[in-house]
Amino acid sequence: MNNEANLHLAAEAHQSENKLFGFWIYLMSDLIIFAVLFATFATMATSFAGGPGPKQLFNLPYLFIETMFLLISSWTYGLSMINLQNQKKNAVLSLLAVTFLLGLGFVVMEVTEFHQLILDGNGPDRSSFLSSFFTLVGTHGLHVSFGLLWMAVLMVQVATKGLTAGVRSRLMRLSLFWHFLDVIWVGVFTFVYLLGMV
Amino acid sequence: MFGRLTWDSIQTHDPFLFMATIGMPIVVIALVIVLAYFKKWGYLWREWFTTVDHKKIGFMYIILGMMMMLRGFVDAIMMRAQQSIAEGANHGYLTADHFSQIFSAHGTIMIIFAAMPIFIGLMNIAVPLQIGARDVAFPALNSVSFWLTVSASLLVMVSLSIGDFSTAGWTGIAPYFEKQYSPGSGVDYWTWALQLSGVGTTLTGINFFVTIIKMRAPGLKLMRMPLFTWTALTTNALIVLSFPALTVALLLLTLDRYLGMNFFTNLLGGNVMLYNNIFWMWGHPEVYIVILPAFGIFSEVVATFSRKQIFGYHSLVYATAVIMILSFTVWLHHFFTMGNSVDVNIAFGIATMLIAIPTGVKVFDWLFTMYRGRINFSTPMYWLVAFLVMFVVGGMTGVLMAIPPIDYLVHNTVFLVAHFHNMLIPGALFGYFAGLIYWFPKIFGFKLDERWGKISFWGWAIGFPTAFFPLYVLGFMGMPRRMYHYDNPTWQPLLIVAAIGTAIIAGAFVAMAIQAYVSVKNRKKNADLTGDPWNGRTLEWSIPSPPPVYNFAVIPTVEGRDSFWTEKEKGTAYKRPEKYSDIHVPKNVPYGVWIGIAAFFFGFAMIWYMWWLAILGLIGAITTVIIAANNDENEYVISAEEVKKIEDAHYERLAAAGGKQHE
Repeated sequence: MNNEANLHLAAEAHQSENKLFGFWIYLMSDLIIFAVLFATFATMATSFAGGPGPKQLFNLPYLFIETMFLLISSWTYGLSMINLQNQKKNAVLSLLAVTFLLGLGFVVMEVTEFHQLILDGNGPDRSSFLSSFFTLVGTHGLHVSFGLLWMAVLMVQVATKGLTAGVRSRLMRLSLFWHFLDVIWVGVFTFVYLLGMV
Repeated sequence: MFGRLTWDSIQTHDPFLFMATIGMPIVVIALVIVLAYFKKWGYLWREWFTTVDHKKIGFMYIILGMMMMLRGFVDAIMMRAQQSIAEGANHGYLTADHFSQIFSAHGTIMIIFAAMPIFIGLMNIAVPLQIGARDVAFPALNSVSFWLTVSASLLVMVSLSIGDFSTAGWTGIAPYFEKQYSPGSGVDYWTWALQLSGVGTTLTGINFFVTIIKMRAPGLKLMRMPLFTWTALTTNALIVLSFPALTVALLLLTLDRYLGMNFFTNLLGGNVMLYNNIFWMWGHPEVYIVILPAFGIFSEVVATFSRKQIFGYHSLVYATAVIMILSFTVWLHHFFTMGNSVDVNIAFGIATMLIAIPTGVKVFDWLFTMYRGRINFSTPMYWLVAFLVMFVVGGMTGVLMAIPPIDYLVHNTVFLVAHFHNMLIPGALFGYFAGLIYWFPKIFGFKLDERWGKISFWGWAIGFPTAFFPLYVLGFMGMPRRMYHYDNPTWQPLLIVAAIGTAIIAGAFVAMAIQAYVSVKNRKKNADLTGDPWNGRTLEWSIPSPPPVYNFAVIPTVEGRDSFWTEKEKGTAYKRPEKYSDIHVPKNVPYGVWIGIAAFFFGFAMIWYMWWLAILGLIGAITTVIIAANNDENEYVISAEEVKKIEDAHYERLAAAGGKQHE
């Protein structure tokens, strides 16, 4: 390999490192969005306005299954990344597909929960508590949905382009995003659902 | 199909708005035709709209900021004119509603669409050059940021003729801006314009934070960075950390207005003061986001024009960092009168006063840099000196208001208006003007005219205190801000003085326009052949003006602070490199423009409840991102021979100039 090509590879690695770092910075910025939403929820956690509170609204066993979908999807994404290290394209793809389905299951369960709440007359306009609940949980769900869209695009890229440097770097960033959403969900599950049931 | 948009939404009732409704489309159509006639659209598209070159994007940001500043200034003239006559039986020429729209638009535009684009433009131009980089970390993203800002500015301009603008002030007033009290399109224009530009700014913050941390030339350690780069770094940290709060504040308001939620309403558990807390968690850092870069510019200017190393480099860096941190601890001083406990008010009052300490450190550092320097009183130095004098006055009135009992007296009076204009005009705007004059030759290869620059300076230096110092007095006399009419004859003389001050500032703007014209006319005479018109100290002056697209033919190695100055002293500057290599340069991409257009239609559709169009806009933006993510061919190569040819031309110019520019 000649010197010029080496330089080019080094530049590409540098660029991908910059993107990873930039994505970290974005995640920290996004984290503040969630922090403010958590703070808002904390302010309004008891503003029921005569309406129902967590004990009347939440079904913990259901939420446990929903949570498991997301946590296991994080694990399968991790497995997919291990296969990425070993350049096993098909294993990467099939594990991504499993992750996608688990993530989709999570979103479907959340939408079902929201739908039921609204049908029962406990929509986000019922009280400030419900406004902040729907907004915090919904913002997380919207993030997961965008993650799913991103994952679908990357699966197409893996299938058509193969595990090129660009695709690998994107998979790494989606990995960060996916685990980040997992961490946020642990916070949501703890502070919104569990603490509400106490 | 058109949601709530009807023929009645188009402004034809008010004579001023009618003029805008008729005038703006005429100007736009005329511009389109003229550019098509001269066959400039292809050139504009290829060279400017799709560019990812940080220097060109920076220039476009500055043009945008200047245009919006003009709009904001027209708002200012209208308000001053109204208040100078609307006393007693005379109700002036504006309705209360129109006046409210004007002050809301004025604040929104000046902060978000004038100050921010101008400083982001200067940052785009100077930061990569100061750190010896060939571009920013994410050039295409930079273009997206810019076009998002453009589409947001367009929304504000469109609100002149279609529908109206918010009447709730630039900060928003809860719960007045809720649908129940403000059902029109005004608040929605304000929300979506701010939201879109906020997304663009956050992306800029991430981009430049990574650029400064990761792309510095070898040897350029953090403590060797030029001070403008330092302030840019802290500013971008502030952007990344504080803009999310604005995003959330606006998001919650949007949910209130569109989905009937109850965050900031006074119904069903809504919490009106929550809005103020979240908004000012962004709002106060925002003040430093626009002021810190100006501090950085002054630090560059004072060292360059005093021919001296900056006094107290470390203290300036630490002061900047301390201001960055403290700016997050003072947001509550915007609403001392909310009814917090005394302890809370005292804590925030003390935190506010603390900021005066690092700021004072900076002021002394600049003064000591000038002390025993060989000062060259070029126009940027004029701005610096005026800034030092007036900013200290503004700072002291700030410390006054940081004392809660005093704040109770002057809260929401024009004293406050005088105070923050006194901070932002000398503190931010004067700095930007100094920066524009300072870096202008770097971008265009010729200096701006000094004579007209100084005339414009005197317009500001006289006009600014005339326009705003009377407001301090009026504040003590109890005049509330934002009044379209008053019944107190003792206020009127001072308001007339303020209006005269505004007229003088208008003269300063005219002088600035003449300065631009004269400079272009005399560009041969004021040409900068060496790339170093001011005898500069930092890396950007070591390359040609205007710089080639790749900036640095060979990435410099830095051995200390003020590295270019040291090289000149040692006689090692302008050394020809032994050989050049191929340079990879990012290709132009249209994604920024596409996303900007999609975002504009999305925002406009959301304001007018045209859901189908909003969905189309969203899909358009997302599709563009996916297309961009599939494009791996985003660079082209400039061959070593070509680089050599470009650099040879520069060395010939250098030899012709003989390096005799500075004695």
